[in-house]
Order: sequence, then C-alpha cells, then structure tokens
Amino acid sequence: MDPAIRVEQVSKSFNKKPVLRDIDLTIETGQLYGLIGPSGAGKTTLVKMIVGMEKTDGGTVMVLDEKMPNLAMLQNIGYMAQSDALYTELTGEENLKFFASLYKLKKDVQKQRIAYAASLVNLTGDLKKRVAAYSGGMKRRLSLAIALIQDPKILILDEPTVGIDPELKLSIWNELLRLKNEDGKTIIVTTHVMDEAERCDFVAMVRDGRIITSGSPQELKAMYGVERFDEVFLQAGGKQS
Amino acid sequence: MRVWALIKRIFRQMLRDKRTLALMFVAPLLILTLMYFLFNGNTIDPKLGVVGMDKSLIKALQKADIVVKQYDTASVDTITEDNLDGLMRENNGDLSLILQNDDPTVARALQLKVNQTAAAVFQVKLIKQNPALAGNMTQKSMDTTYVYGNKDTVFFDVLSPILVGFFVFFFVFIISGIGLLRERTTGTLERLMSTPIRRTEVVFAYLAGYGIFAVIQTIIVVLYSIHVLDIVLVGSIFHVILINLLLALVALSLGTLLSSFAASEFQMLQFIPIAVVPQVFFAGIFPLEGMADWLQAIAKVFPMYYAGDALKAVMYKGASLGDITGDLLALVVFAALFITLNIFALKKYRTL
Ligand SMILES: Nc1ncnc2c1ncn2[C@@H]1O[C@H](COP(=O)(O)OP(=O)(O)OP(=O)(O)O)[C@@H](O)[C@H]1O
Ligand SMILES: [Mg+2]
Repeated sequence: MDPAIRVEQVSKSFNKKPVLRDIDLTIETGQLYGLIGPSGAGKTTLVKMIVGMEKTDGGTVMVLDEKMPNLAMLQNIGYMAQSDALYTELTGEENLKFFASLYKLKKDVQKQRIAYAASLVNLTGDLKKRVAAYSGGMKRRLSLAIALIQDPKILILDEPTVGIDPELKLSIWNELLRLKNEDGKTIIVTTHVMDEAERCDFVAMVRDGRIITSGSPQELKAMYGVERFDEVFLQAGGKQS
Repeated sequence: MRVWALIKRIFRQMLRDKRTLALMFVAPLLILTLMYFLFNGNTIDPKLGVVGMDKSLIKALQKADIVVKQYDTASVDTITEDNLDGLMRENNGDLSLILQNDDPTVARALQLKVNQTAAAVFQVKLIKQNPALAGNMTQKSMDTTYVYGNKDTVFFDVLSPILVGFFVFFFVFIISGIGLLRERTTGTLERLMSTPIRRTEVVFAYLAGYGIFAVIQTIIVVLYSIHVLDIVLVGSIFHVILINLLLALVALSLGTLLSSFAASEFQMLQFIPIAVVPQVFFAGIFPLEGMADWLQAIAKVFPMYYAGDALKAVMYKGASLGDITGDLLALVVFAALFITLNIFALKKYRTL
C-alpha cells in the first residue's frame, strides 16, 4: 500500500534562520507515528507543513498521494493545534457544530459525531457551557474533539495530552489505538512524554531541524542499548551535540 | 455552506458581546446628539465698551444687538477686566476700535457690525447736513436669496452630513478590524486554515457577517439624524443610506485589511490617527479649494472625501443619483480594492 504521508527534502526558515533542514519521512497508512524532540526543535512547524498551513521553502509534502497544500485533502485531516484555538464566547457544542459545518457534515451525521467526540473526551456534560468557563484541560479536550469531528482518515495531534489528567489521558490513548487498529487511521502525535512515545509504532526524533534518529521504540532501545525509552532521548540528543 | 456557518458564528459572537453592540449602535447616536447641541447653541450678543460717543451712534449699535457699556475713561486693561469683546473710542471725530480677539469669530462679527452701523450713522448725518445728497444716497435694501439652504442655515447643517458618514465609517472600521484581529490573535484564523475553507470564503463571510451589523447601524444613524435631530435633508433618504452603505463596506474592508498588519488590539488603535483621523480633514469640513495642490491630491485617496462630497450634495444641496455617480463609483473601487487586498493578505496563512 502507498504510504499515507510522504515528506521529501522539506526545508523551512523563519527570518533567514533555518528551522527545518532537508526533512525526509514516510508514514504508512494505519501507523501511529510519534514525533519527539526538545522544545523548539521544529515539530510543530513540521506538522503544520504536512497540514499545508505553513508554506515550505523547498521540498514536497504528499498526503494520500496528493501534493499539499490541497484544500480537498483537508477534509481527510483532523488537526489539533498545540495551542487551543477556540471561540470562547461560544459553548463547546457551538464550537463543535461550527467546525462540523465547515466540513459540510449533514445534520444527522453532525449530531452523531458531536456526541461521539464529546463522550470520547468526557465533555458531554459540559457542552452547553461557554468555553470561556472551561478549565485548561477541558479546552484541550475540546480541541481534540474538534480534530475528530469529521471522522478524518489522518489525525495530526500536536501535544494532545498536555494538561489532561492521567486517567483521561489513558482513555484517550486507548481510543487512539482503537482508531488505528479498528478504523485503520493514520495518526501523527508530537509529544514530550516518553511513555506516550513508547506506545507509538514508529518514533522520529527531531533536533535542530533534522531528524536525528528514527525507528520503532524497540529498535531504538536496542540501537542505543538502553532499558528505558527516555534514555534513548538523552543519548540521541547527547550524541548530536 | 461554509460562508453561512461563518456568518452564523460571527452573529452569535456579536450578539453575546453586549458592549460592542452598544458601541456600534448607541455611541454614534450619542456623539451626534452632543454635536447637535454643541453647534446649535444660541449665539450671545457681543459686549462693546464705548468712550465719548454720541447718542445716535450708541442707539444704532444697541439696535444692532450689541450690548453697549459706557465709560468715561477706559484703556486696554478695561477690556480684559470687564471681559468686553471690544472697546470703541472717538478722538476728534475719528473712531477707533480695539478688539479683544480671544475668539476670532466673535471679533470679526463685532468688527463687521460696528463698521456697518458707524457707516450708516455717518450717512444719515451727511444727509442731514446736505439734503441734496439724499437722492443718490438712500440706502437700497439688498434682496438676498440662497442657492442652498436659507438664512437660518447654521454650520451644523453643512457639517452633519459629513458627521453621519464619518461615524458610520469610524465604528464599522473599529469593530470589524478588531473582530478579525481577535480571530488572528486567538489563533482561530490559523485553525480555520486547517479546514477546507477558502480564503475568499473567509473574507466574504467576514464582509457579510459584520456587513449586516453595519447595515443596521447605518440605517439607525441616518434615521436618527434626520427624524430626531432634524438634520436638513433635501435629497432622498435612500440615496443617503446608499452612500453610507458603500462607505460602511469600504470601512469594513479597510478595517479587516489593516488588522492583518496589527499584532494586537493596541496596534489596531494605532491605525486610527493614520487611517481614520485624516479622513475628517478631507471630508469637506474644511474647504478643499483652499488647500495646497499636493494636499488636494492626497485628499483624493481618502474614501471619506468622496463620501463627504456625495452626502453633502444629497442632504444639503438635494443632488440626484446622477450627480453623485462619480463619488459612488469611487467608493465601489475602494471597496473592491480593499477586498482583493484582504484575500491576498490571508496568503500569509495559506496559498489556497
Ligand atoms: N512564526 C514563526 N516565526 C518565527 N519563528 C518561528 C515561528 N514559528 C516557529 N518559529 C521558530 O521555529 C523553531 C521551531 O518551532 P516549533 O514550534 O516548530 O518547535 P516545537 O518543536 O514544536 O517546540 P515545542 O516542543 O516547544 O512545541 C523555533 O525556534 C521557533 O522559534
Ligand atoms: Mg510545538
């Protein structure tokens, strides 16, 4: 099967300062792909380019065999930004409805998806509240629910579980794994949490705008000869500098 | 439809923001009302001190609505001490007038009145001395008619059409500009760009969403000015509304456009002295003919110049639609230009 996402030789600079250099990566359909790396490494920039929200300076991004940016393809991508971008004057439900209508979901599908997404992130009881009255974690959960609203083939989640309690975090991860295994969704997750990275099928580590190492968590552990995954992070980072 | 979803959302947000609604609908009315009372205040009679003047002249001055106060001796200090607008003295038949001139308009009006009165009194004296002159010197009263307005026209009548337009412009500019800016600063605009919405759809939704509020505001302001404040309206009210709607569209597209160059609400306010205040100068409150050529050229790049001209023509001079097509066309061109630039400005986020 063709890979879901192919990134080839992608570079990006902000104000002449290079942020990403010649990135190559391939993400298979049905893979849960983790992006790790220190703060400021360029993870967010990379996923934004995959979505087509950020222009590339060079190289190509292909999603489901279409060159990005591509408007129609966005229907197949659910994106959760690192910082919550919500309409705080509106209720949680109105936020979900608004995004659902941007994806042109039919009324009955809309209802069903809103109910599903809200229950997944445990917000069903708070849907009628204004987002301004939400806690940080509730906003994060609503953002995740919005990313799932149109039942996209590809999910791109930028640090999805920051500010979410361990119990809910676990149930969200179980749902992500279910989406991958049962519905064959392709999922990209950026994270700083190593036990989350360890649950991915494949992990790439970004540092200073380059992918310095990648492989399945087992491969990486074997490669660096370590027991715990966070040592991979430290070792790979240390070797570079 | 995506545009429709966006419009609905803008509506919801606006309706929940009671203060912004009040600013948009009530503030222009308050300011217009205030201006109305400011400009329609009664003029007070000027106060003139006189020294050694003959009775007939004093009587004539009093008849000309001048409050005359007689002194035996008086100096320049008397003017400031007694707060006189002027002091008139006679020296061996020569008249002299000292004006306080703290308010040039008052001083000029007083000078004109005093001159006229003195001349008339002098004429009467001459005729008395030499009745033969009377024939060719009898005063012919001049018959005055007005092309626009009448003898009761006050400055506010000329000013108000421009004010109506300006307030529509100002409030639509601010509210739409800050509306889109908030969408930028909260990250939701970027978030929108990860959905399959087109840039043109975003721009048109914004124009329509805020446009509907602008339409309501415009109609309220125009109706209030004409029916409550009783501003002169010689032409058709529909033309007035049409001009203001076009102007609101220009303000809307300019506001959203400039908001893309602002990083915060504070920076948005910084556009007011640059993009809004100069509009007043070139709107026709100050006569353009008297300006330097380069200033006149600058005036033509301000939308308020055309709107002010058209509004004055319709409201004060009773112009028909045919007379203002040039102005309306200019406003359409401005709006089209700003809308196009808006679509380009969103390229910052995505090329599609
Ligand atoms: N709009 C921008 N303008 C200028 N520089 C930017 C911009 N966005 C990102 N950068 C820079 O690009 C680099 C990578 O940023 P990015 O947000 O991709 O990092 P990240 O890996 O997601 O970090 P974190 O883990 O903290 O989220 C940083 O050095 C950042 O300063
Ligand atoms: Mg990031």
